[in-house]
Amino acid sequence: MSYIPHTPAETRTMLAEIGVRSIDELFEAAPQSHRFPALDLPPPMSEMEVAAEMLAISEANDHGQDFAIFRGAGAYHHFIPSVVNHILLRGEFYTAYTPYQPEISQGTLQATYEYQSMMCALTGMDAANASHYDGATSLAEAVTVALEASRHRRRKVILSHAIHPQYREVVRTYHQGRDIRIIGDRGRGEIVDLLEMLDDNTAMLALQYPNFFGQINDLATVAEAVHEAGALLVIVANPMALSLFKSPGELGADIVVGEAQPMGVPLGFGGPYLGYFAIRQKYVRRIAGRIIGETRDADGKRAFVMTLRPREQDIKRERATSNICTNQGLMALAASVYMALMGKNGLRQVGELNYHKAHYAAERINRLDGYSVDMSKPFFNEFVVACPRPVEEINQALLEEGIIGGYDLGPHYFHLQDHMLLCATETNGKDEIDRLVEVMGGLG
Amino acid sequence: MGDWKTPANLKYSESDEWFALDGDIVTIGITDYAQDQLNDIVYVEFRDPGDSIDAGDSFGEVESVKAASELYSVVPGEIAEVNTALEDEPETVNADPFGAGWMVKIRAADLAGLDGLMDAAAYDAYCDSR
Amino acid sequence: MMDGQVPEQALQPLIYDISAPGRSGVNLPECDVPRAPLPADLIRDDLPLPEVGEVQVVRHFVKLSQLNYSIDQGLYPLGSCTMKYNPKLNEDAARLPGFAQLHPLTDEAGSQGALFLMHELQGWLGEISGFEAVSLTPAAGAQGEFAGILMIRQYHIDRGEGQRDIILVPNSAHGTNPATVTMAGMEVRELPADAQGNVDMRALHAACEGDLRDRIAGMMITVPSTLGLFESTILEVIETVHDAGGLMYMDGANMNALMGVVKPGELGFDVMHYNLHKTFSTPHGGGGPGSGAVGVNEKLKPYLPGPIVEIIDEGQATGPTLDMPVGATYQVAHERTDGSPQPKPGDGPEPPLYGFVMPEKSIGRMKAFHGNFGMHLRAYAYIRVYGDSGIRDVTRYAVLNANYLRARLMRSYRVPYPRYCGHEFVLEGHIEGVDEVHALDISKRLMDYGFHPPTNYFPLIVPEALLIEPTETEVKEDLDAFVEAMERIAQEARTEPETLLNAPHTAPVRRLDEVRAAKELVLCCAPALPSYS
Ligand SMILES: Cc1ncc(COP(=O)(O)O)c(C=O)c1O
Repeated sequence: MSYIPHTPAETRTMLAEIGVRSIDELFEAAPQSHRFPALDLPPPMSEMEVAAEMLAISEANDHGQDFAIFRGAGAYHHFIPSVVNHILLRGEFYTAYTPYQPEISQGTLQATYEYQSMMCALTGMDAANASHYDGATSLAEAVTVALEASRHRRRKVILSHAIHPQYREVVRTYHQGRDIRIIGDRGRGEIVDLLEMLDDNTAMLALQYPNFFGQINDLATVAEAVHEAGALLVIVANPMALSLFKSPGELGADIVVGEAQPMGVPLGFGGPYLGYFAIRQKYVRRIAGRIIGETRDADGKRAFVMTLRPREQDIKRERATSNICTNQGLMALAASVYMALMGKNGLRQVGELNYHKAHYAAERINRLDGYSVDMSKPFFNEFVVACPRPVEEINQALLEEGIIGGYDLGPHYFHLQDHMLLCATETNGKDEIDRLVEVMGGLG
Repeated sequence: MGDWKTPANLKYSESDEWFALDGDIVTIGITDYAQDQLNDIVYVEFRDPGDSIDAGDSFGEVESVKAASELYSVVPGEIAEVNTALEDEPETVNADPFGAGWMVKIRAADLAGLDGLMDAAAYDAYCDSR
Repeated sequence: MMDGQVPEQALQPLIYDISAPGRSGVNLPECDVPRAPLPADLIRDDLPLPEVGEVQVVRHFVKLSQLNYSIDQGLYPLGSCTMKYNPKLNEDAARLPGFAQLHPLTDEAGSQGALFLMHELQGWLGEISGFEAVSLTPAAGAQGEFAGILMIRQYHIDRGEGQRDIILVPNSAHGTNPATVTMAGMEVRELPADAQGNVDMRALHAACEGDLRDRIAGMMITVPSTLGLFESTILEVIETVHDAGGLMYMDGANMNALMGVVKPGELGFDVMHYNLHKTFSTPHGGGGPGSGAVGVNEKLKPYLPGPIVEIIDEGQATGPTLDMPVGATYQVAHERTDGSPQPKPGDGPEPPLYGFVMPEKSIGRMKAFHGNFGMHLRAYAYIRVYGDSGIRDVTRYAVLNANYLRARLMRSYRVPYPRYCGHEFVLEGHIEGVDEVHALDISKRLMDYGFHPPTNYFPLIVPEALLIEPTETEVKEDLDAFVEAMERIAQEARTEPETLLNAPHTAPVRRLDEVRAAKELVLCCAPALPSYS
């Protein structure tokens, strides 16, 4: 019976103790008319067979071990040191749950506290929570915080069109039941245009950094304008880019959110990922989800505990601002181990590798006939390529050469038909990039 | 009766606020019973002075380790003053709920809401019944 | 230390405390492309991360892990959380490169394996609980609830009944239920429980048949309830709400008590969420990730959060048959890199092509991409292992274990509801005549006996609640040891209450000062960055 350890004799003893003759008697409260339905499921399988089937299914996918990946668009193929996976496979970590009982959860608590600390270091914020589901829901939660910070007197949310399209969709999903306006992202507005929209009804303005097109905008004066209007500046940042570029904190952001998948979490077909959420001290009590704080035990020993609990749904119930309970804890551990391993210099080095690889690819592609790369602004590891043919065709040709090409921007951005978003990371060797350029060139 | 204090000169709400009237200024705090139920208060937050509120509106929140409670006014008006000292020393609410632990002063636009409040004896009976 | 302070006592230094300038835990390749100039004015000056070697990092996190209690170490009877064994097989499967290194935006043709798996899982989950369609996108139970309530809201709006804005929630509900309702912009009405732990039918009828009738959007209810009890009046509850024009949401956190016993969809529920990290064994990960798939009936199918997986081209076969030779389906699919049917000679019928579809009136996306796929594949492997004949046993033995514990513990503790329980039950953590001992003290003392405590103070309607859920994967010897520990604790409460009040004694730390944590709010130990002014 697979993972059920009972012997027939034990089952009999247990039934006798309960005072029933069969297990089925225990289900008498379930309506008889509907009790014990047939289940049309496949028959059971042995571990060996299931393992073989999982391998077969997995190999029906075009994955990073067989293909060179030049696709990003919110999910990034980075190198993950072996240590990360070995730590994640410690049963003490992955088979525990939320540290409700701090005395026997100090491992999870301290590792999460360290994760929070390192996210603060990257983003330049004062506090970070223990995680949200992903970058998109983290942004949606930032909208709630901004609305709360204005005590719901401000009802306008400005989003840049250069925020990941799916993140903007998720913000709309989350807030469809509220009487608020989400504007700014339906056109092609530049940051200056968004700043024009600020008024005393604006709760927040959100920008992505680097933006969805990979570009780094100079945000030096943005915060001032946003704050002048009494609104909050929310920056959606790729933490990997923060290894190189100025922290959003330094640029005046009030809330920094994003997808921390690049920090030690594999592509995994889109999840589980890691929504990080960092905030200035001033707003720390508005943070949703779990947050770990330092304290002492009865002997004065330093220890960690979940704090600010009364804001959470289990205590505040219908007055809570978010319902989040289970988060992405194990992914936060992955990021914690990853950042600890990389450290100050390693992460900077990875950041530079990304930057140089992407620039090398961009420059070579820009020289190809029929292609042009938007180099009008600095970029990190992604860039937009105008192509001479439909992106689908180019990607098809690349696929035949073992390359997963760029992301087709056409379906999301009307003005970007035949444009692809290409990504290069430290995992792409020069030979791979040269091959990419060569195949693309052949289609010029 | 439990061992909490309920000064006779104040009025009380079912949501455990006390109200004191002086001219058109109504001072509000939470009762000794309430602070005891909440246990160690670790945080208070009030609306800003100058904000106007309706009767039944929340003017702030208190938080302990185990609970968070909204604070309600029975009178409409403008928030004249908030006890900013509590921001750094919220434990004052535990120590002296009717004195240094006062929370806000409201310049009341209408005092009718005070009429529906309990006096000390009624409030004690109400707490006993819970 | 110059000022005579004692060095701070700590279990394990912080990662920043073992940092030394110039040390590194990685060995990265040289840059093999020409270096491009960095835009100096946009580059940060300082990156205040620690500098630690690989060996130190390994030891640091291994030592931290040793401060945890986990399922792999022993019984973890945390009620409502279904802390069952997490099969190792599933961890290996999740790490296969075909899953771990699969980009979420890979073209359909290049992700047929993953799409097939999701499609099968959608079908199986639908079958297990009697629903027409399933979306796997929600990331956790709470997000599934949110999706469900948004669907109910939109359903009413589309029928011109947007005034329906009240969701009934029993007072025994998990906190995520009422919080979800508020997030969706709707209103909560709490319903009391009766003496048997069922929803108070009089209160329900009053709500559904009174002035508010036209505002009733639906009801959220957990089955079996958070008390571990099967609502014996469930059919009447469902009918009453339906009669008022509302829809029924089932919180499926407790599905471990229902598999093969009843199908919520057949009982009349319109929508429910599953917690794959509970019922279907995906690991809890120290707080997550989870996965909160939602199932719906025909009414709500067009509203499902997307994307969902559908067959977008039937191929020549009618669908993959489960008795096909292992791997055959997938191998064929693998060859089709251009999305067009390309039968491979000798491999039998052409398999269908799977693709993502956004349901017609979808409430939208709950998160980027398509859910916590890593949890989907584990749940797939789990259901595959048990299959049609085994999945009901999961529930049967979970319920057996719970009732066994309940029967034995009733002798030393008060168990409030005199009925057989589902997969979990509540007892009152209060010892007759020893008022100073609380549920929390019993919990802390359990740690000294080597067990994780049950869930404390939930559900809120039972004083000093201890919610106990052993799960089916626990062996009788361990259940017996747990009972003995609980009996000894009850004894100790009478003879040496101090031992309980000061417990735990053997855990890595003693009880913590939560007031200090909340007041001082030390949330970050990283060196501060130059701040924005
Ligand atoms: C009854 C019940 N409902 C809902 C939830 C929320 O699920 P999740 O934590 O996956 O968001 C829980 C989880 O703990 C629960 O026990």
